[in-house]
Amino acid sequence: MKARAFSYFRAATIDQALDAHARAGDDARFIAGGQSLVPALSLRLQAPRLLIDITRIGELRGVRREGGFLRIGALTRHCEMLSEPLIAEFAPLLHAAAPFIAHPAIRNRGTFGGSVAQADPASEFPAMTLALDAEIEIIGPSGSRRVKADDFFVDLFETALQPGELITAVFVPLFKADQRFAFDELARRRGDYALVGCGMLATCTGEIIDDIRISFFSVGNTPTRVKGTEATLIGSSLGAERIAAAQAALASDLAPPDSDEVPPAMRLHLARVLLGRMLGRLGEGA
Amino acid sequence: MSAPLTSLDRPNSYIGRSVPRPNAKRLLAGRGRYVSDLRLPRMLYAAFLRSPHAHAKIISIDAEQARALEGVHLVATGADLAKICTSWTGTLDHFKGMTSTPQLPLPLDRVVWAGQAVVAVVAESRAIAEDALELIEIDYEDLPVVADIDSAREAGGPLINPGNANNVCFRSQLDSGSVDDAFAHAAHVVEEEFCFGRHTAVTLEPRAIVADYDPAAGALTVHHATQTPYQFQDLYSRHYGIPEARVRVIATDIGGSFGMKLHVYHEDMAVVGLSILLGRPVKYVADRIESFVSDIHARDHRVRARMALDAKGEILAMDVLDLTAIGAFSTYPRTSVVEGNQVIRLMGAPYRFKNYRATLEVIFQNKVQTSQYRAVGHPIACAVTERLVDMAAAKVGLDPFAIRAQNLIADDAYPQTSPTGYRFEALSHQACLKRLHAIMDYDALRAEQAELRKAGIYRGIGIAAFVEITNPSPAFYGVGGARISSQDGAILSLTPSGEVRCLISVTEQGQGTEAIISQIVADQLGLAQEHVKVITGDTEVTPHGGATWACRGAGIGGETALQATRALKRNILEIAALILQEQPSALDIINGEVVDAGTGNQRMPISEIARIAYFRSDTLPPGTQAQLTVSHHFAPQGYPFAFTNGIQGCSLEVDVETGFIKVLKHFIVEDCGRVINPMLVDEQLRGGIVQGLGAALFEECRYSETGQLVNGSLADYLVPMPMEMPDIVIAHVETPTADTELGAKGCGEAGTAAASACVLNAVNDALLPFDATINSIPITPAKVLKALKRF
Repeated sequence: MKARAFSYFRAATIDQALDAHARAGDDARFIAGGQSLVPALSLRLQAPRLLIDITRIGELRGVRREGGFLRIGALTRHCEMLSEPLIAEFAPLLHAAAPFIAHPAIRNRGTFGGSVAQADPASEFPAMTLALDAEIEIIGPSGSRRVKADDFFVDLFETALQPGELITAVFVPLFKADQRFAFDELARRRGDYALVGCGMLATCTGEIIDDIRISFFSVGNTPTRVKGTEATLIGSSLGAERIAAAQAALASDLAPPDSDEVPPAMRLHLARVLLGRMLGRLGEGA
Repeated sequence: MSAPLTSLDRPNSYIGRSVPRPNAKRLLAGRGRYVSDLRLPRMLYAAFLRSPHAHAKIISIDAEQARALEGVHLVATGADLAKICTSWTGTLDHFKGMTSTPQLPLPLDRVVWAGQAVVAVVAESRAIAEDALELIEIDYEDLPVVADIDSAREAGGPLINPGNANNVCFRSQLDSGSVDDAFAHAAHVVEEEFCFGRHTAVTLEPRAIVADYDPAAGALTVHHATQTPYQFQDLYSRHYGIPEARVRVIATDIGGSFGMKLHVYHEDMAVVGLSILLGRPVKYVADRIESFVSDIHARDHRVRARMALDAKGEILAMDVLDLTAIGAFSTYPRTSVVEGNQVIRLMGAPYRFKNYRATLEVIFQNKVQTSQYRAVGHPIACAVTERLVDMAAAKVGLDPFAIRAQNLIADDAYPQTSPTGYRFEALSHQACLKRLHAIMDYDALRAEQAELRKAGIYRGIGIAAFVEITNPSPAFYGVGGARISSQDGAILSLTPSGEVRCLISVTEQGQGTEAIISQIVADQLGLAQEHVKVITGDTEVTPHGGATWACRGAGIGGETALQATRALKRNILEIAALILQEQPSALDIINGEVVDAGTGNQRMPISEIARIAYFRSDTLPPGTQAQLTVSHHFAPQGYPFAFTNGIQGCSLEVDVETGFIKVLKHFIVEDCGRVINPMLVDEQLRGGIVQGLGAALFEECRYSETGQLVNGSLADYLVPMPMEMPDIVIAHVETPTADTELGAKGCGEAGTAAASACVLNAVNDALLPFDATINSIPITPAKVLKALKRF
């Protein structure tokens, strides 16, 4: 299939991009890596009048430390998550998740900000912002603001982003010496959307979990933090019994939708298996 | 190498040598010329509006707005094309009693599957044509949808074709007699019901066609991504009433076909008509979304089968019921019943039991048509037979290798006739079985399996013997009335500079046909391979033949090339003998030089013979007319098919918590007769195995209850990818056919034939410690977990 005809504008600055969007009466889409948008255009699932290319906007690029955070520019590509030393050091969970995202050709183009904005419930990075307690920096006609990841994902492909708004960066708290993380997913083939996937970040005193954030993807309409499950783990070490309790708690945190291939009960079972394996690794100091 | 030595085995023979495909570099460098690359002057683009309903009446079509859109040249409906194209019906005479409804390029008043093309738009670009599709309104009235085997067979249920008494396309029975008796006296009986999901070919290059009708000449040229240009030349000629000599079908580079690109598709027929209506070239390239709902699908079988054995594990009899659901009509011109027919005829084929009974029922349903796809019927017959053999082995207390050693036909027992009527010239099951045992290091694998099981790691080992149908004679289609040739033709010329051009009717789709033909010509003439140019796939220049399908390129095309080359060599040596004042029999050609046959001493280059014949014929004796172009046809005779055989093995690991399966290593021992190019044969086997593993573990066209394909994209339909594929270990046994000089048989289906059966056996082997069995393909994590009662 071929996309319906559209106009194209390449913005040099954020102001130009926002202005173009407003002038198009919001019948416009920002495009960066295009790894979700271009297929949607080709399938005519979306047919905006105007595409605003934001890939030349310098302010959206770059990874740097800012206070207690790592500021990851929205245009940071998935492949850079693998190659950028600051990511490996201060956001190792993102570094660990990146190789699971699709295939190299897609990672070469897809952007971090684009993935978070798209908020595909089966994508790795949106879920990881939850596990990392990240903050999403948004700019729009009414100015700039920062939204906690916990408040960002609203419903299926729906986020705190308002029409005409743009993600400029994601702020990730710097990884600390007393923290442990784990990432894994169950996908039929390497690079596929996972049947279920998970990332977790724990702050520990010795073997005792002081705090843990666990986020699943491919389990519902949004990336999903499992707060009840987290609560079962805080204040204790990761023994077999504790892990089993956490696995049992998943049933009240997750309500997987029905799909033709993976019944809800199977997805919940897989989530439990994955959680058990990852907590086991976390206990070993993963 | 078990074959006796012949002249084909002499040192430095091109036969049996791994040489690269001459066209591989060109394709790799992006210099391929596929139909989608083609841009003809004044060319227009077609797009199709497809039915969202699996079964519905067309009440009205409003295309006024689409016709008015700028850039749109034609909007055509079923009625428009029915005026210039005659209908076709996908039946063959030798399938007694089969029925199917006549088809037209676009439907007149009823759609029978979701995705069926209903209206065609031709515009200046594909994008404009798609814009126009959005402006067309079709009013449908829903009809009851038949979306599975059970509802199709329900008495009093909805009928797909209103005139018919039921939804049955074809019924067939085989009975050698004494089956009931054998089961009554059997010491052991094993029985199972198997399901085989639908899957489809997913060629790298989708279907593509450019039809170019020239009204001034009354001539049609079709650039068509097809395996069978001659078949389509005949069909376009007959259905559009254009004399055959004025229809030219050109099949240039093809990006894979696997049987998918030899059937009549409604869109392709329509595009020819659209070009005739417009008098301009019209292009249509199916996109991936369209491919999933319009390319043929394959398989979709439910088989109930049982096997009787005596107390020692000797197989006594098999009893089989194969229910297979096709589309709403049978595919043209090769039908949709060949797969079922081959399923019931290939059951138990490697084994020597004599009592066999089978029933085949081919059923219509509201889904896209099914038809021949790589290894037609083989994987189903193989999986059913081999799973029953494993079940029997467990029951009798025999190892899978032992029960097969006991029951496989002995290598010295040929010729043999199978209980289903197939005649085997010479097969090598026992030799292959022994070789597989060795290359798998079977005993070590079993020991490792036992050790790992103690650690909660569940590995499985599966093996599966198979028989493959190759080199088909007219018994395949010709006898049924289809104008599908089983012979091939070649035209060979010695060029003035002493090279050879070979025009041959077998075609190339990426598997290396041109490479092996050039090897055979070079070998037989005594020329370097780079001095042989092979030209295929253009009905205007290549002689009429069967082209490439069903494993016939090497066996039949190769023999055609061999015989044609020998004729050319005779002619060259005749001239050489005149020039050198020798007897032709005293001369030979080696490395492009005429030599003394006895001593090998060089006498003169063949380029010199060509020079003299073409430019200085005055120096030849009076009355000499050099014939440096020969044409030759070869039709297979003797056995109706050249059967091949082999055996595969698989080692895999099942994660019993997630249901995920990791294939660790796959093995094949294969006997395709004389191997022409070992590298290409190995590639065929590997590719075939990968497609078989895809069917076993990943590929399935899943439908909703309303007949909607729910996973019709490459995000949802899983094809096997390199990361999930194991190393594949290959060994050969060579039993050439005596029906040809070349002795080659086919190898294209061998990999696919038994790969899924191996996986099925291996998964069940892995699950042995649990009360869980799998009898359904593809084997998904959901099926494994369900069998293990994990959710």
